[in-house]
Amino acid sequence: MSKIKFFIPCDDANHVCDKTQYKEATLWEMIKLNIHLLYCKFCREYTKNNAKLTKVLKKSEVECLDKKCKESMKLDFEKALKEHSDQ
Amino acid sequence: MPNHQINPKKWIDLYSDYLYNYTITRVSDREIAQDLVQDTFLAGLKSMKNFKGEASERTWLISILKRKIIDHYRKINSNKGKAEVRISYNDDSETEGDWLEERVADPFDKTAEDTMQNSELGNAIHNCLGKLPEKQADVFKMKTIQGFETEVICNELNITASNLWVIIHRARTAMADCLKENWF
Repeated sequence: MSKIKFFIPCDDANHVCDKTQYKEATLWEMIKLNIHLLYCKFCREYTKNNAKLTKVLKKSEVECLDKKCKESMKLDFEKALKEHSDQ
Repeated sequence: MPNHQINPKKWIDLYSDYLYNYTITRVSDREIAQDLVQDTFLAGLKSMKNFKGEASERTWLISILKRKIIDHYRKINSNKGKAEVRISYNDDSETEGDWLEERVADPFDKTAEDTMQNSELGNAIHNCLGKLPEKQADVFKMKTIQGFETEVICNELNITASNLWVIIHRARTAMADCLKENWF
């Protein structure tokens, strides 16, 4: 580690941006992301859309079924399906 | 007119989340919603021969689900309605100090319009999720909607963390594209 990196490539910037949406990015990562956004138009666009997506998802309060619950539902349903086709 | 096919084997993968979301906005109890969805699938299976192929499978299942939800409310009402004591806040009795707050509309309460918009948005999101490849949709749902930790998802699906982030990235890009037209 000879030099501290201030500039990161777009891939890394997007990765940090994704992490930020789940509040998992560190402060240092967010600083680097913001430096990147100063000069990169495409990543700015991506970050904007990404934040909007998070907001929309939060607003909608969508719910979905738990994976385990779905599995048990499938098992029950397959049983019923078998009975149905046997008739 | 296109004739729709029926294929119950794929129902749960394709429609369970959509139906669940539809139910949860109407009964607001997770377990009851799960049961209703399950009942709907079973009822659909039983009356499969009545499916004429005029509507899509999903529309047909939703129409069954609607009946199930109505039945559910009928059932709880008949049990509860008998024992219920109704309190009216603005009777003419001379009791002083009735809580005025209870008569005023709560501005923080959701209006009907909000709820409607939200359930439409929910449908749009589920439509978009349906367009994603299965793995992407699974990871995205677990991470974003159910809010699991990265590690938990990695263990469950047997993938590495960097793998997960790549999947999330693709899913987010696709979702943003899909929702862009109407909801951004």
